[in-house]
Amino acid sequence: MREWQEIHWILLLVLGWIGLGVTGLFAARWFTFVTRVLFPLGAANGLLLALLALTGMMTGPQEAILPFGLPDLPFHVRLDALSAFFLLILGAATAGVSIYASGYFRREQGASPGLHCLLYHVFLAGMAFVMLANDAYAFMVAWETMALASYFLVISEHRHAEIRRAGYLFLLIAHVGSVGILLSFGVMAGSTGDYTFDAMRAFDGGTFWATAAFLLALFGFGAKAGLLPLHAGLPGADVAAPSPVAALMSGVMVKTAIYGTLRISFDLLGTRLWWWGVLVIALGLITALFGVIFAAVQSDMKRLLAYSSIENIGLIYAGIGLTLVFHAFAMSNFAALALTATLYHCINHAFFKTLLFLCTGSVLHATGERNLGKLGGLIRHMPWVSWLALIGILGAAGLPPLNGFVSEWLLLQGFLFTPGLPHGYLNMLLPIAAATIALTAALAGYTMVKFFGVTFLGQPREERLSQARDVSRLKRIGLLWLASGCVLLGLLPNIVISLLEPVTSLLVSQGRQLNAGMENWWLLAPISEDRASYSPAIFFGGILLLIGAAYLCIKHAFPAATTRGPAWDCGFPMQDGRMQDTAEGFSQPIRRIFSPFFRRTCELPSPFDRQPHYRNIVEDPFWYWLYLPIARLVDLVSRFVAFLQHGRIAVYLMYSFITLLTLLVLTR
Amino acid sequence: MTETAILPIPLSGQLINLCAALMLLLGFAMLAQRRILTLINLFMLQGGALFASTVIAAHSTGQHHLYWSAAITLLLKVIGLPWILHRLIRRLSVKWDVETLLNIPTTMLIGIVLVVISFNVAQPISQLSGTIMRATIGIALACTLLSFLMMITRSKAVPQVIAFLAMENSLFFAATSATYGMPMVVELGIALDVLVGMVILGVFFFQIREQFDSLDIRQMEKIKEE
Repeated sequence: MREWQEIHWILLLVLGWIGLGVTGLFAARWFTFVTRVLFPLGAANGLLLALLALTGMMTGPQEAILPFGLPDLPFHVRLDALSAFFLLILGAATAGVSIYASGYFRREQGASPGLHCLLYHVFLAGMAFVMLANDAYAFMVAWETMALASYFLVISEHRHAEIRRAGYLFLLIAHVGSVGILLSFGVMAGSTGDYTFDAMRAFDGGTFWATAAFLLALFGFGAKAGLLPLHAGLPGADVAAPSPVAALMSGVMVKTAIYGTLRISFDLLGTRLWWWGVLVIALGLITALFGVIFAAVQSDMKRLLAYSSIENIGLIYAGIGLTLVFHAFAMSNFAALALTATLYHCINHAFFKTLLFLCTGSVLHATGERNLGKLGGLIRHMPWVSWLALIGILGAAGLPPLNGFVSEWLLLQGFLFTPGLPHGYLNMLLPIAAATIALTAALAGYTMVKFFGVTFLGQPREERLSQARDVSRLKRIGLLWLASGCVLLGLLPNIVISLLEPVTSLLVSQGRQLNAGMENWWLLAPISEDRASYSPAIFFGGILLLIGAAYLCIKHAFPAATTRGPAWDCGFPMQDGRMQDTAEGFSQPIRRIFSPFFRRTCELPSPFDRQPHYRNIVEDPFWYWLYLPIARLVDLVSRFVAFLQHGRIAVYLMYSFITLLTLLVLTR
Repeated sequence: MTETAILPIPLSGQLINLCAALMLLLGFAMLAQRRILTLINLFMLQGGALFASTVIAAHSTGQHHLYWSAAITLLLKVIGLPWILHRLIRRLSVKWDVETLLNIPTTMLIGIVLVVISFNVAQPISQLSGTIMRATIGIALACTLLSFLMMITRSKAVPQVIAFLAMENSLFFAATSATYGMPMVVELGIALDVLVGMVILGVFFFQIREQFDSLDIRQMEKIKEE
């Protein structure tokens, strides 16, 4: 037996997750054990996984063959820098979410905690195994395990028809996607019939088949990630799932799709064409814009965050596309920059989106409400959640000095280098993409201001909000872990980028480094210092200095203790919490400006109505243009099949009789 | 049949051909029969013809296992199953005339077409087979198809079951004529299957009647999924 490498320990940890899940199933009735022992153990497992993955990124590729699977078809696993990086994301985010989840589940609510424990940990193990798999068979098994576990987690409150419907749609789209992935693997295996990734790396089927495999993979993984127009399943599923599960799905599960796309396009396929990159950039940017515009007009906290995830996925795909373009023109330095931005955004999104989903879950638990129109002023009752949510908000809005800014800035830098491309149309058109990214970032900031302002600031819009209590200690630890991740990722970009270096050199640049090392850790200048640079430490110091100075000035000018008094009512004496700016009101300009994006039904009450009722529904036009026609077509075809099913025995007998006769006559 | 008319045929062969012709005739008779009681008697007669032909084949070829087959046929198809069926219809009190889905003359015409087809289909098989009963393969196939047709055209459950049993008869006949019968184990297995199937179907009759107050299978169209 060889000595134990990281990959063996990681496999052991994955097995450990499954073991925890099974233990949870056997101790299903023992609530305290499941929530206070098993979930924290799962978190520790995640932390260990993250540490091992970190060391695994530094060493070379490690391979192993597992003794189970079908006869003659064992599972191959492999740990290289790319999979280790995504395992790092998984482990680090899971550590926070699991700790939070141990405080989240409540007695006698929904499904039993033991069942949750099983599905949750199988889900985690499935995701980890997707990233470890080194043959198509193991990959698909892990992929489906992950999809099914997440489906059952989504419908854990299956008594509501709406939740069942959302889960069904999610599962359906995920399965259509996995058909695409399977076909893509089939194309790459070619006629050799060998489904290991090593054989696929060696196989070269020419440009046509490479394109077919890439497009199929893009379709399949896009369905999982929520790339337009395959996004319809995700928002509903995120809304339906319990908050920790929604956090994992939105923050980590979609990253498995990113992993798959990167794995297939940069590792398994031998050839890459530049127009693939253009296609991916276009799809990614449209997705990002669509996602952020829809996020801006939502009034449901979870749905808003889900659309914001779609936006971030769009940005990540735009980064992948840019990497493809640069790589195809052999500009490996810029390709490394774009890939760094992409990967950086993956880990950032994993942290801030899980943090925000968990904060939403805390608000939901404390108030029973996730409609922005009925919240408000929570910062006084839930200070922990509010301040930690603020950190997540700043990250998601892409504001310095937090993490979202760094990756979006890097991505923008990448797009600003496109005029160097040796292709006429491209270097004219791609700056438009940079403009779209800037627009998306601005709208994301708008959305996040709305999310935070309406929920946590101002006056409570309902009486019972004053009863809201802050989160328990366990949940607080989980939130703190994720928030500190956001802060550190924002403040130490050079360290993160040097950590990403093995991945970029594995995929695109073959050893050439970005100009970011440990020696000048405070200044981030990806290409050269006189082009563009960013120093989060100076930014952070400046912000601290300004806040301190302002505080001192105010203290100096108004030395008396703070008193609370009524605000000036503009001469209008009747004022209550419901007269503040609402979520709908705040997003009204967006609804106006981007009205062609929506399908909107609005009911305005008549001025003489004694009981006025205002209704405003914003729907996804894709649902009507794309999904419903397809559904109708499928319905029509299946109706034709049902025409054969008369329910009469004589007719069924007739079918076999005619078949028999035909066969007899044909064999004659 | 055409070549058998030219070649000189031994007596046993002629007897077997007679039995085969009887089976086909009985098949048509069952197809045309409206009354359940007569139907059962015809089924019994068909079993008898099968028994006779098997015994003759066993005697003339010296294949001793065919005697066992014949014994099983006699016990099961001439005595056992008709007795069970008689008891069943007495218990269910269904001695009424059978309604057919197609009228009788049309059914008969279709039956004739089927016989022509099966003779055509069976011709190459008969030339390949070297048994004494090879000329009867066409008849066996025709009997199978006729029973199938009967199953389709009947609307009551009991005649359908009889048609099913008759189909099993003719399949057995086909097997003996093509290859001197199947291995003993298979034959025993099939015999047991038929018996068990009969018992289960008998239980089903009572269940169906309880649910729908009738043994008319057209009632069952109601339970299909909309």
